[in-house]
This record gives sequence, C-alpha cells and structure tokens, in this order.
Amino acid sequence: MNDPVDVLIIGAGASGAAVAWSLAETKMHILCLDQGGWMKPSEYPSTGRDWEAKFYGDWSTSPNVRGRPEDYPINDDNSPIKVVNFNGVGGSTVMYTAHWPRLHPSDFKAKTLDGVADDWPIDYDTLVPFFEENDRMMGVSGLSGDPLSPLTHPPMPPQPLGLSGPLIGKAMNKLGWHWWPSDTTVATMDYEGRARCINLGHCTPACAQGAKASTDITYWPQAIRAGVELKTNCRVREILTDEHGMASGVVYYDKDGVEQFQPAEVVIIACNGVGTPRLLLNSVSGRFPNGLANSSGLVGKNLMFHPYAQIYGYVKEPTDSNRAPPTCLWSKEFYDTDLSRGFVRGYGIQFVRGAGPVFEAVASEQKGILPWGADHHRVFRKLHGHRLGVSAICEDLPEEHNRVTLDPVLKDSHGIPAPRIDYTISENSWKMMEHGLARGREILEVAGATDICTNSPIPWGGWHLLGTARMGTDPACSVVNEWGRSHDVKNLFIVDGSVFVTSGGVNPTSTIQAIALYVADQMKQRLANLFD
Amino acid sequence: MSAANELTSIQRDDLRTVAAMIIPASDEYEVPGADDPAIQADMLATFGRDTAMVRAALDHLARLAGRPLAELDTARRDAVAQEFRATGGVAAATLVRVVLQCYYRDDRVLRSLGLELRAPFPKGYTLEHGDWSLLDPVKARPAKLRGAP
Repeated sequence: MNDPVDVLIIGAGASGAAVAWSLAETKMHILCLDQGGWMKPSEYPSTGRDWEAKFYGDWSTSPNVRGRPEDYPINDDNSPIKVVNFNGVGGSTVMYTAHWPRLHPSDFKAKTLDGVADDWPIDYDTLVPFFEENDRMMGVSGLSGDPLSPLTHPPMPPQPLGLSGPLIGKAMNKLGWHWWPSDTTVATMDYEGRARCINLGHCTPACAQGAKASTDITYWPQAIRAGVELKTNCRVREILTDEHGMASGVVYYDKDGVEQFQPAEVVIIACNGVGTPRLLLNSVSGRFPNGLANSSGLVGKNLMFHPYAQIYGYVKEPTDSNRAPPTCLWSKEFYDTDLSRGFVRGYGIQFVRGAGPVFEAVASEQKGILPWGADHHRVFRKLHGHRLGVSAICEDLPEEHNRVTLDPVLKDSHGIPAPRIDYTISENSWKMMEHGLARGREILEVAGATDICTNSPIPWGGWHLLGTARMGTDPACSVVNEWGRSHDVKNLFIVDGSVFVTSGGVNPTSTIQAIALYVADQMKQRLANLFD
Repeated sequence: MSAANELTSIQRDDLRTVAAMIIPASDEYEVPGADDPAIQADMLATFGRDTAMVRAALDHLARLAGRPLAELDTARRDAVAQEFRATGGVAAATLVRVVLQCYYRDDRVLRSLGLELRAPFPKGYTLEHGDWSLLDPVKARPAKLRGAP
C-alpha cells in the first residue's frame, strides 16, 4: 500500500492544476494522479509538414478517434453533439482554442433574472479575485474596457487584428453591433518563461511554441516546485469510503497496469463534466449503492454542452487562413435575454479567422462547394485563404434527461465501465441557434461573403462538459455545496465544470479555474474544521 | 505489413483512378493530379489508422463499378463516382479526405498556391496589427453590462 497523503487530486487538467497550485502553500502532502503523461511539444503537429493530417488521427479532438492509451472511450451515439476532450497533464487546456471569456454576473442569477434554471449559490463578485489570479497565472492577452463583458485586466496586449479582424470589425460596425478583441490565453509577448505567439495557426491541437497557456506549462511547474507530487499514467478506477462514510482513498492502475490503493485524508475530483460523474458512478458500495455523493440522484444529470451554431463564407479579400490563432474577436451583442427573439437567455459569438489548405479542401468537399474534376483547382483557389467564420456559443440550460451514465458494455483499456451520453438539444437552444445563424449570415453578407455554409450544431463540438455534479445549498437539489464539498461525503470535493449550475454562453475554462481557486481558498480558510 | 501491401493491385488502380477524378492534373495551375506517383506513394505509406476505412471505400467502389474503374467509359465512371459519394458514408468520406490531405501537402501543389514548403513551427508567420480605430464606434455606443441582483 502507498503511504497516505493529505490531499489526493484526481486529474491534472485545468482545474486539478489550479487547485494543486493553490493548496501547495499549505505544505500538506498533496498528490495528483493523472491517467495521461507529460506532453512533448517537439511532437506537436505544427512541428511537421503533415500538421493538418494529424488533426484527423493522433491529434483528433475526439477521444474515440484519437484512441491514445490515456484516452477512455465514450458512447455518445445518442447525442447530436459528440464529446471532445484531451487526456494528459494539462488536460483539455492542451487542446483548446484558448478563448478566454468569463461567465457574466447575470449568468449566476438565471432564475432570478429570467425565471429559468437555477441561481448559483455563489455570485460573480465572489469569484473576481480568483479570476484575476487565474488570468495572471495562465497569462491572458486582451484589451480591457469591453463595454459588454465583465471588466478584465489582461497583462498582455490583444492579438493583432491581422487580415481577418478588420473585415469582421467593419461588418459589425456597419450593422451597429458590438464586437471586441477576445481575451485569450495566447501570450502576445514573452510571459513568465513562455515565448510569445509566432502565429503557428494550428493552436487547438497544442502549441509547439508554448505561447498558448496549458496547465502543463503554467500551473504545474510552479505547483511541483512548491512540493506537489504528480504521478502520471495512473488511472483511478474508484473512490473508496470507510465505515464513517468518508472517502478513504482511491483504487488506481499504475503505469504498469498494476492495481494500487492510495489512501488520502481529502479527495478532490477534477476530471471534467464527463469523467467526474463516471468516476462517482463507478464508486459504488453498500453505503452508496447509486454511486458516491449521489443521494440527490443528480450525479451525471443536467449535462450542458453549449450547442455551437457555426456559419462561414468566403470573401474576395485574403484572410488569415492558418497563419494566425483561429479566434481573435468576440461579440456579446446577443448575450442577454430579449424575449422578442423567441428564446430566453442568449449566446456569445466568436469569430474565426480562416483555415489551412487541407482543412479547407476536406470541409469544402464535404459541403459540396469544392467540386471533383477539372474545376477543382479554380474553385479551391477561390476558397482557400478567403474564409471567415462566425460561431454562436449558445447557452445550454440544465435538463435532467441530458445525462452521463455508465455504458453497460463499453469499457476502457483497464476494464473500467465507460461513460454513455444521452443528450438532446432543447427547443430553446434550437431557436437560439437559428437566431445565431441568421445573424451570422447578416454579418457575413455585409462582409461580402458568398458560398455560405453552416454546421449547426457543430457535431464535434462537445468541448464544454458542464453541470453533472452541480453546486447548491440544498442537498436534495445539488451534489456539492457552495464551496465544492460533497453534501454526502465530507472530505470529497469537486472542482471541475461538473459543478456549474448554468452554462452561460461563453467558453468556460476561465470560470472553471476561478472556481477551482475559490474552492481551494475556501478549504484553506476552513482547514481546522474542514469536515464539520 | 505496410498499408501498400494491404491493398490489392486492383484496389491500388482504383484508388489512383478515383484520385484523378477528384483532382486531375492542370497545366493552367502547373500542378499534378492526385494520381501522381509521388502523391499516391504518400497515400499508401500513410494510411495508418485509415487503412480499414479506405479499403471499405474501395470495396464499395468496386461493387458499384463492377470492374476496374479505369475500364469504364467516362460517363459510366462519373455515374459511379456520384453514387460512391452519395452512398459511401464515412468510408467514402475518409478516402476522399486521405486523397485531399496528401495532395495538399505536396511541394508542387503548395508552391502553386503560393505557400511556403515548411512546417508552421519554428518560423511561424507575421500578422499585421491592423487599425484599432475600428473599435471607436463600439466604444462610443452606449452599452451596459447586464447587472445581477
């Protein structure tokens, strides 16, 4: 048996890294187990001539396609939106667009303001110091002063507008609609040991330059220097409990596939909105027959994705194609509720600069706008390097029938039951997506775009895995309390996107990490009576 | 066993034929077709995880054609191609994607497109800062973040 630790963190991604770093100052014995290993930037796609092809294989966003040893399969056949993620030190911050909006203050009060879903048990102001700390740790670029976004203070200037940005900006100005440079975790200057962005373009499947913040190069080096221990290639099977109903540790498989028991005084789960309910539902015992921390029956329920309504077209002017980070601008014009639009709540918009030649060819052929035969070359030259994209990130409201359960058949490489997703897009979300497509078409047409295509929803767009172990003050209606502790198991905490009560209409990683830092801070303040 | 050896001679011929149908050579743009020997060799060497899907696609193509694709007259070949794309599902899409991803990394093709023959890293690209005064109308417009009680 391994020596007991004070704190055991499961998962070394966005939230696991943040909570580990924050707790390190307590000098407790902190151990993190991750099912993946350390990344090797020298092997990242943009280091090779076949960089685009890798996106369809070893660097696919889908764990089911990628199938690396550290990935676990997910049965998402019964969902129009497929789960995408990345497993390894850094988690999905290794493979994300680095778009960095925060939830808005109004997102924490959806019930009070709009009569839907529920209010969070915490508010935006509570998280502000942790947003700020996280922005400093991750290294954020942007332009302070956006009138329709929460006030931020990015330590680095925004990404250049490039060729695509002005085309979008001019169109938005003609329409009289809000737009602003996105906050991103792309370093636009040398920052804390990270080299500045040199526009490799292929940001999503990992940044060889190290300009894009991922927690393997931001939080983890500092956490490890501060004494946190990180064991890689260790996949946790289940959390065990003692006769008092407290978590006693975890059973995991080490890098050699050998079953191990790791005792711990405190267990923190940071496995994302699919991995966390999977682990809890796999942690069954006589005392917890329906899974750990599941007396409410809500573990795995209320899964929220953010359906993406994507529309793009082609302008005569050259765009940035693959020679820039893909996202640089956002709009909050349609973020807040306006019932005259036919739906409640709203969506953020992120603009996309363009695509590389292989991606352009594959996508356009599939859409039927790039022909086979003699005309292929002429049409390709009209499309490539001329694409502009608009994506509406639609707020997904919590619905219990959208859920993560355990698949009765599918298992991972260690024989652990895999997650199954059952998810449908609500009528409200469909209306929101249609509205987003219509507004996106207006933007593109004002920009002069033709050959307009849509993906609604983006089928491989299940980036944001939220809501499956929601926080709240009532144990009957939530899984964790207002500071991340399980209602049922007093030494069990959850810090990832599972705890979201509502999803907002923005990318969630900034808020996920702010919550992780907030929970860590609450734990530090309550160390003397943490289990009361 | 290499991917090349996993395709029969007839399948390799059909792959070459359908690749040329997708992207024929062009004197105007000074580019080879996707049936070019070097591009075909790239495909055969790098099928990797796509091998099974490509084989399934070629099997489907063979069923539709009833004989080697190259032996069909142009009209029949075009009809088979249309049917293949319409009914081939994921396998057909994979085959087409493999053709495109190998074609659009060939030096001659990239040169014709005016692209540099290199990986993005470590040189990267230069991006213009652009005219930030474009934001002035946004700053001037009355707008207020929705509050929360």
